[in-house]
Amino acid sequence: MTNTPDPAPGTPLLQVEDLRVEFRMRGSTVNAVNGLSYTLAEGETLAILGESGSGKSVSAQAVMGILDTPPAYVTGGAVRFRGTELLGLPEKKRRIYRGAHIAMIFQDALSALNPVHRVGDQIAEMLIVHKGMSRGDARKRAVELMDRVRIPSAASRASDYPHQFSGGMRQRVMIAMALALEPDVLIADEPTTALDVTVQAQIMKLLSDLQDEMAMGLILITHDLGVVADVADRIVVMYAGRVVEQAEVKELYARPAHPYTEGLLASVPRVDVRDRALTPIKGAPPNLAAIPAGCPFHPRCPRAREERCPDEVPALRDVTGTGHGSACHYAEEVLGG
Amino acid sequence: MWRFVLRRVLQMVPVLIGTTFLIYVAVFALPGDPIRALGGDKPMPPSVYEALRHHYHLDEPLIEQYGRYLLGLVRGDFGETLNGQSVASLMATGWTVTVQLALTAWVFELVVGIALGVLAGLRKGGIIDSLVLSGTTFVIAIPAFVLAYSAQLIFGLKLGWFPTAGTDDGWPYSYLLPGIILGSLSLAYIARLTRTSLVENMRADYVRTALAKGLPRRRIILRHTLRNSLIPVVTYLGVDLGNLLAGAIVIEGIFNLPGIGQQIFQAVQIKDGPTVVGISTFLVLIFLLANLVVDILYGALDPRIRYE
Repeated sequence: MTNTPDPAPGTPLLQVEDLRVEFRMRGSTVNAVNGLSYTLAEGETLAILGESGSGKSVSAQAVMGILDTPPAYVTGGAVRFRGTELLGLPEKKRRIYRGAHIAMIFQDALSALNPVHRVGDQIAEMLIVHKGMSRGDARKRAVELMDRVRIPSAASRASDYPHQFSGGMRQRVMIAMALALEPDVLIADEPTTALDVTVQAQIMKLLSDLQDEMAMGLILITHDLGVVADVADRIVVMYAGRVVEQAEVKELYARPAHPYTEGLLASVPRVDVRDRALTPIKGAPPNLAAIPAGCPFHPRCPRAREERCPDEVPALRDVTGTGHGSACHYAEEVLGG
Repeated sequence: MWRFVLRRVLQMVPVLIGTTFLIYVAVFALPGDPIRALGGDKPMPPSVYEALRHHYHLDEPLIEQYGRYLLGLVRGDFGETLNGQSVASLMATGWTVTVQLALTAWVFELVVGIALGVLAGLRKGGIIDSLVLSGTTFVIAIPAFVLAYSAQLIFGLKLGWFPTAGTDDGWPYSYLLPGIILGSLSLAYIARLTRTSLVENMRADYVRTALAKGLPRRRIILRHTLRNSLIPVVTYLGVDLGNLLAGAIVIEGIFNLPGIGQQIFQAVQIKDGPTVVGISTFLVLIFLLANLVVDILYGALDPRIRYE
């Protein structure tokens, strides 16, 4: 394992700055991530919220360095882990960070696990490769890890194959694998989307418990507002590959400062408010090969105005003075209701 | 698992009876009289003719002949050729040659085919990939006998690297050239199958996971991608061993190897029923067994497949 130089005090655990990713297809370029910036503090849970196509998964893969290249290319920006720039690193050095410092779990654990290897071996592989553990020791540790993510009778289940597990148990295996090296950052890409609602809650609870125990930073990528409400500290809302709003969870739910977030909140059913009509956001997510000029959201925005929105790209700015950021020209108006 | 194997073996019985019966009928229906042909140009005395007909049971109805043959098979008796030799001993010499030839071809296509497929698949669109794709198209497009005669001419006659025909130099020398030609068609398919399967698997989610685990590229390819990619290739290789054993008639003819293919070809020409049926029955059996082995192997390679 490498010795990361001691970061200067105040350096964020993970810092993503002006990240840009494009997909070069035959004849067209799809701009999936267009200047994404966020930071993650030690022990913090950051939720990245967005529709499909908002660039949330692609940006996570860029942070991990596991984009499919071609067709996807990182064309600019920085990803710093405790101050160390990861984007320029040669693959050999970059690889050391994956799994050991930054780990990732995926949406569909069935396809994300190798179908022909026993789950215990897949977990143990992390320890054998990164720590040079012996097969026997690594297997024992794998069983402990499976125990830790609360897989019943872990010792015998370690020699089962992925298809022999239920969806929730499979996701636990993924989590055990990701946590094998006690990473500092865990990126969970829609970890509960493929699961039943009851199982979703269990997995979220497990993730937040483990995060507390291990004091790691957690990035939770989701399109589901309900999933993040209880566990996240902060939320970043993405639209067309950019951050449109970021705030503490309670602040964002109580006082959205971007019309897109406002729209998202209005389209979620709530049990505590009866007889509230659901208002969907009109229109469709933008075509990333031809993102609208000006504010990318303006064609769908109920508050859009002719004079600025179609021409001027709004910058993300602190609209409350307390770190509540919004990329809307009329954020103050939105805040006012 | 054992119940599965037992069931499959039992299923072979009706298949064997059906195929041997069809082949028996086909040989029976061939025009011409094999006994009269035995005498060549010379007329055969009627008493000798009748005695021979009776000896080979050709004077009995078809069903009775077939029943007698089947009973013999159960006792391990494959019958007698029209030359008076036992079919079993004839096949023993033929199979020795054919098995050596088929195994040579099989090992060649396995090693070279998979290697070419992997090299092509790892760098899709690269130079090696283009060469493998065009080279395999070439091999698939050219009939086997053209390849065989050309190889004989170039490597046997002109360069003198290999014997042109016969088995005088024994294994492996005499079998290399015919083995390579025999295996070349399947080699082309195996290279392409391996390539496609590898390219497909490199895009799989579990490969992305392996990347995210921070594994070195070599380990990802060997332990994760390749292991999964080779499942269809192994299936093909298993079935193909049966094909090679049964399908060497043309190559054995060109290289004058006295294998099973040559024997069955000659037997058909002189309407030697017992030999044709005997060899065919064996070939059917090999096919069935090869398929069974493939199915068992498939279960061993892919844990998602389980036999009840």
